[in-house]
Amino acid sequence: MNQPLLQIEHLTVRFDAFTAIDDLSLTVPARSVRVLIGPNGAGKSTLLDAIIGRVRPAAGRIVFKGRDLTHLPEHRIVRAGICRKFQAPGLLDSLTVHDNLVVAEARSRRWPALLRTQPTAAQAGRIDGILATVGLTAERHRPAGRLAHGQKQWLEIGMVVASGAELLLLDEPAAGMSLGEREQTADLLQRLADRHSLLVIDHDMAFVERLGAPVSVLHVGRLLKEGSLQDVRQDPQVRAVYLGRVDECEYDYA
Amino acid sequence: MRRAELTAHAIALGLLVLAPWWLSPYDLSLLGRFLAMSILALGLTIVWGWSGLLSLGQGVFFGLGAYALAMNLKLAALAPGDLPDFMVWSGFSRLPWWWAPFRHPLVALAAVVLVPAAVAAAFGWLVFHRRVRGVYFALLTQALALAFSTFLVSQQAYTGGFSGLTNFGPLFGVQLADQKGQTALYGVTLVLLTASYALATWLSKSHFGRLLVAIRDGENRVRFLGYNAAPYKVAAFTLAAAFAGLAGALYVAQVGVISPDMVGVVPSIEMLIWVAVGGRESLAGAVLGCLLVNFGKDWVSSAMPSLWLFVMGGLFVLVVTVLPRGIGQLVSVRVPRRRPAEVAPAAQELAGQ
Repeated sequence: MNQPLLQIEHLTVRFDAFTAIDDLSLTVPARSVRVLIGPNGAGKSTLLDAIIGRVRPAAGRIVFKGRDLTHLPEHRIVRAGICRKFQAPGLLDSLTVHDNLVVAEARSRRWPALLRTQPTAAQAGRIDGILATVGLTAERHRPAGRLAHGQKQWLEIGMVVASGAELLLLDEPAAGMSLGEREQTADLLQRLADRHSLLVIDHDMAFVERLGAPVSVLHVGRLLKEGSLQDVRQDPQVRAVYLGRVDECEYDYA
Repeated sequence: MRRAELTAHAIALGLLVLAPWWLSPYDLSLLGRFLAMSILALGLTIVWGWSGLLSLGQGVFFGLGAYALAMNLKLAALAPGDLPDFMVWSGFSRLPWWWAPFRHPLVALAAVVLVPAAVAAAFGWLVFHRRVRGVYFALLTQALALAFSTFLVSQQAYTGGFSGLTNFGPLFGVQLADQKGQTALYGVTLVLLTASYALATWLSKSHFGRLLVAIRDGENRVRFLGYNAAPYKVAAFTLAAAFAGLAGALYVAQVGVISPDMVGVVPSIEMLIWVAVGGRESLAGAVLGCLLVNFGKDWVSSAMPSLWLFVMGGLFVLVVTVLPRGIGQLVSVRVPRRRPAEVAPAAQELAGQ
């Protein structure tokens, strides 16, 4: 597998005069986990927004499996194989946990599914599998709006998996979780990495460490450093950025 | 459906089927027209209750259906070659070309459903593909209602103007105003209401119904799960318009008159109140709400005509503040809380669920 799953080439995103992403290039190989870190306003969420078509870049390209996605409508990007979990859990609150997954399941998007009252056996099997993976089998009949916060995060991860996407974009999947829940979530993501590529945003260093994945540090819309968490932590520029002593270091963007 | 719900539905249907034998002709005629309006209420449940699209323009589609049939009935009352009275007053010597097809009852009956559906599809396509949502959508539909009633009044030579269309002839040789005609219309209304109800119930259990609720709950989430939300919203809006058109035609056939003040802004809001009182997600609630509010209106208006608008306003405030899910909270055939069949659906059915 020579070709990377996702290539971001010289991406620039502007909001009026403010440049949120500045000539950023990044690649994500197949079946890999990549963590994005960086201080607030570094452009992490904006990068995910640009990948899924929520914001349109001013320049640059987003290439997924050799296909240019830059100007596709949002739902076509998902169908190409990229799905995102949002920072604040975005669930379909009045539907049950099970029905959230039915809506998310890839084959539900085809029109013959529209008039069916029950999922097919194949869909039901996949949904049962995902329920077990995210640990929500016992909650399947509860309305999603009534789940505990951590369970909501897991359900949305389950929905992103159900969408059939190869590349999962996870925006702070462990935000607001207890320590134990964060560890479970890290283990869950590692299991998912067998079949998917993950691009994960998180702030919590213990969580990132447990993921054990390479880290890309963003700062003011640019890639500051890439490497293992250990390397990145030692890096004087990264430390300066995180401690707010930007002026003391010279920029040398990778 | 659970057994208790099935029983309740069967009893209600039985009472309605037997109504011609136990109601006075006056009460039956009221019930018949309110049942016709209930078909529109079912459409509002789909479009507002499930899909979250607050349409303040449902009167337009009701009116399109009503006028489509009324044009045929108006022409049926005339000798061949004669023109409707308001056209004669305007100095017309020939029937306008777009009136001519409505001579044929089958064309008019098809138009009852197809014209409102086509207008709603075109309007919906424009609005939903542009991602107009929420209060902006509501305002646009209200503008549509205002424009439609203004158009009807201003084009008197073509539409009969403020007094609308009345003095109807027979449909398929049946005089609709007769006792026999009225009873037949009641039967037709009941059959079509039952069919619409069955269709909507099935939709509520289908993936399409689930998607409408999903789009209401989180349109962005649904979009970023790989759906283009617009076509589903267009479909729901179109279906509701077809229901409204059907309701309008059944109404005009029973009442014998249609005019702009039955299709404008105020009636469109009143339609929302029926559904709000019944509980906006519940199909049974829509029908019950429509019947309750309209019988209430008839009762209040005959006791004290000026009081109705205040009662209506009070009702709306009461429902919004105290019973947000309407009296349907007591009936419950709602979309979202369904149990997906699990390991043994047959066993669940045997257990009577």
